[in-house]
Amino acid sequence: MAIESLLDEVESVTEEPIEVRRGVFYRLIRDPQAVITGTILVLFVLGGLLANVIAQHGPNFVDFWNVNSPVGTPGFPLGTDGQGRDVLARLLHSINTALVSALIAASIALVVGITFGLIGGYFRRLHGVTDWLFSIIMTFPGILLLIVLMPITRGDFRWTMFVFGFLMSPAVFRIVRNQTIGVARELYVDAAKVSGVTHTRILFKHILSVVRGPVIIATAFLTGTAINTQAGLAFLGVGSLEIPSFGAMISDGFQNLRAMPTQYLWPTLTLGVFSASIVLFGNALRDTIEGARPKPQKITATAMVDGFSAEAGPADEKALLQVRDLGIAYKSPAGVLNEVVKGVSLNLAPGETLGLIGESGSGKTQTAFGVLGVLPNEAKVTRGSVRIDGNELLGADEPTMRALRGSTIAYVPQEPMSNLDPVYKIGHHLVERIRAAGAGPKELTNPKVSKAAAKHLALELLERVGIPDPGRTFNSYPHEISGGMAQRVLIAGAVAGKPKILIADEPTTALDVTVQAEILDLIRDLQAEMNMAVIMVTHNFGVVADICDRIAVMQRGEIVEEGIIREVFANPQHEYTKMLLDSILDEDTIRQDPPRSVIKVKAAQVIAALKEASA
Amino acid sequence: MLLYALRRLGAGIVLFLLTSFTTLYLIHFSFAGIVATRLGTGATPETIAQMMHDHGLDRPVLVQYVDWFGSLLQGDLGRSFFTQEVVTAAIGPRIIVTLSIVLPALIGAAIFATLLGVLAAYKGGWVDKVAQGAMLFGHLVPGLLVAIFLVMLFAVNLGWFPATGFVRFGDDPVGWLRSITIPVIALFVGGSANMANQVRGTMIDELRKDYVRTLRTAGVSPKAILLRHALRNAIGPGITVFGMQFITMFGGALIIESVFALPGFGTFAFNSAMRGDFPVIMGLTAVGVGLTVGVNLIVDLANGWLNPKARAY
Repeated sequence: MAIESLLDEVESVTEEPIEVRRGVFYRLIRDPQAVITGTILVLFVLGGLLANVIAQHGPNFVDFWNVNSPVGTPGFPLGTDGQGRDVLARLLHSINTALVSALIAASIALVVGITFGLIGGYFRRLHGVTDWLFSIIMTFPGILLLIVLMPITRGDFRWTMFVFGFLMSPAVFRIVRNQTIGVARELYVDAAKVSGVTHTRILFKHILSVVRGPVIIATAFLTGTAINTQAGLAFLGVGSLEIPSFGAMISDGFQNLRAMPTQYLWPTLTLGVFSASIVLFGNALRDTIEGARPKPQKITATAMVDGFSAEAGPADEKALLQVRDLGIAYKSPAGVLNEVVKGVSLNLAPGETLGLIGESGSGKTQTAFGVLGVLPNEAKVTRGSVRIDGNELLGADEPTMRALRGSTIAYVPQEPMSNLDPVYKIGHHLVERIRAAGAGPKELTNPKVSKAAAKHLALELLERVGIPDPGRTFNSYPHEISGGMAQRVLIAGAVAGKPKILIADEPTTALDVTVQAEILDLIRDLQAEMNMAVIMVTHNFGVVADICDRIAVMQRGEIVEEGIIREVFANPQHEYTKMLLDSILDEDTIRQDPPRSVIKVKAAQVIAALKEASA
Repeated sequence: MLLYALRRLGAGIVLFLLTSFTTLYLIHFSFAGIVATRLGTGATPETIAQMMHDHGLDRPVLVQYVDWFGSLLQGDLGRSFFTQEVVTAAIGPRIIVTLSIVLPALIGAAIFATLLGVLAAYKGGWVDKVAQGAMLFGHLVPGLLVAIFLVMLFAVNLGWFPATGFVRFGDDPVGWLRSITIPVIALFVGGSANMANQVRGTMIDELRKDYVRTLRTAGVSPKAILLRHALRNAIGPGITVFGMQFITMFGGALIIESVFALPGFGTFAFNSAMRGDFPVIMGLTAVGVGLTVGVNLIVDLANGWLNPKARAY
């Protein structure tokens, strides 16, 4: 399970009152960065709009008697330039030029990008054409083109920005297309299609509302790019001399640097503050709309709370793995630690199979990762003890944990495909794991296992886990084999180091029903062969009944019932266990429903979906 | 892999044809005006028509394009409409000036951005905060302002480097290095900030993926996970970003050159475009787009080589 979905699950089960989702605007005005930069931008816009009111002269008014006059000259608060023009007036009118540039370029980019993004994302057949078209636009050397097209645009900044809008459109196109592809696959869009809602209506009503957020963010950045490009072109001299612009002012000031350095300072400062405000405002907007961006994940042993010390106590002589009173917590946005695993205790004897069962969000995966020491950086262990062979693992550093992983304790994940690095062949994965399993805490690979020996063992393992043509699979990439095959490969990798404990986290959930039983058989056989102890994490009582000796039932971070499998099935004690057992679909319950009512139920579901879609 | 390479090459050629034809098509509307400019004040509709006929400008655009493209294949881009200068001879030395600031800036920025991005994504904490601050700063300040600030500081105030001008490598290697140093830094700042941000983002995404945890549970060392797996996966998107950055830097260089009065592509393109010197404009487009297509082709092939899945497309 990817860290994001893991954290989502944690969030959904924490019992803190969830802050009511408020409007974007409300959240934005509480963010100081947005407020400050937003205010600066509003002041800029106002300054531009009121240019003729604030400044006493027009931008091109020339006072021959006041050339290069300093700041504070009567009538010219910021002085005059080398030609005797009012610097303040030119600055304010430059804001207008910048705003018009941004408006034209961003509008074109948005109209073109959104239109083709919707078309390309929604109509599958046009996918290739639009993608190709925009990838071409994207590779255009933009500024060169704008310069080269001067005979056509005549240097007019409005036409130049019109063309530049097209050059920026791929950014919008990509966002809209990707979002549209995502939304167009949603069931409610299918429902709307089936019910005869027209394509245009679906596009505008359902899809456009989803792409709105990312597009607003992109607009902020497009605006900044347009303003900077216009300034750069004007600096080069593209455009009419009559049009006041930051670029032209910087260019004039630069040439007049020795006579009057402030002339150069004003436009530079204004442009710098202006574009910095736009970028910072865009960042604040993104954080508000999209929430916090993912933080770095360090590869390090799970963190403990401050002042943590593992719970002392007598070790169980017979237990291979002993988990006592394990607590795992995540920090809420308010800074409070919320426990998602609340004092879990488990015992595992050599060769035994323990089923850890519960619905999603019950903390079973968190417990498994806690034992392996691979919880996300956001997690903290609050209390308890985890021992293997009597050695305490909580508080151990990464090298110590690494020495145990693969060789003493191993793991089989839920979703096989996302757990294989896509750029390496299967053989590479296995050889790497085989050589890593016996390595000490400092070495990269086990010095005792040569590459050739590892390859030999990998092929043997592939054959052992039931892969028909080990040689070919060895040379295949993960995307070239099926999910069931990939899971066999991961199991082969997990048992490569002959571990004493295997933790399998829903190893069959992502697989076809026909493959599920084979994978369980494989795990059972390997367990018997190697005398491994297995923790089978699952939400499926069928799996538990099939393979486990004992089960522990988890609910909301606690173990509510534990016992020998037959006893729990025959006589469940806890309400939650009974509920889970009742929810098993056996053949009888399915056949009790007459076919007619099944159709009715389906029809009712479709009607509900349609209502929702048109709401 | 060969098929993939051929397909990418085909796409590049189509892009080249399309862009150069569009440029000619757009300019052909202005032919009469350009001819009038050259003829000067004595231009009459008759003399304009005569001259257009003499230069074959009254033929259909497509015919003119095929003509132009045929000469291009023989390495001939014609002569300037105004100065009679041979276009290839005029562009050659200038493109070298532009590339001699773009390529060092791009390579330097790519290396720096990879190191900074990986470091920020892996270390987190205050290292990441400092790195992010630096990236934001580099992104916030327009390249034009960076260039002007650097000239003020190093050339005008400190006098360490010449403010303007270009020294050819053949004439004086040390002088060449001094003349490109500030322009390269000016391009480097913005470019490395953007690329580092992308590398950081991609690395973070990779390090949060399932396979990283599974490798950890197998006892694979953090160093191997970081370099052999996460970085290896992040390089693909990284190279795409580097390719895009080449285009951005090439555009930026046209402006930077003007700040430092370098005799590069930008000023030349600007002056030629002002006059509407269409043979030169077409030549510039051909070289500019040709470079872009070349870089993109390299990026695509590198991606195909690095990412087994990409080859399938």
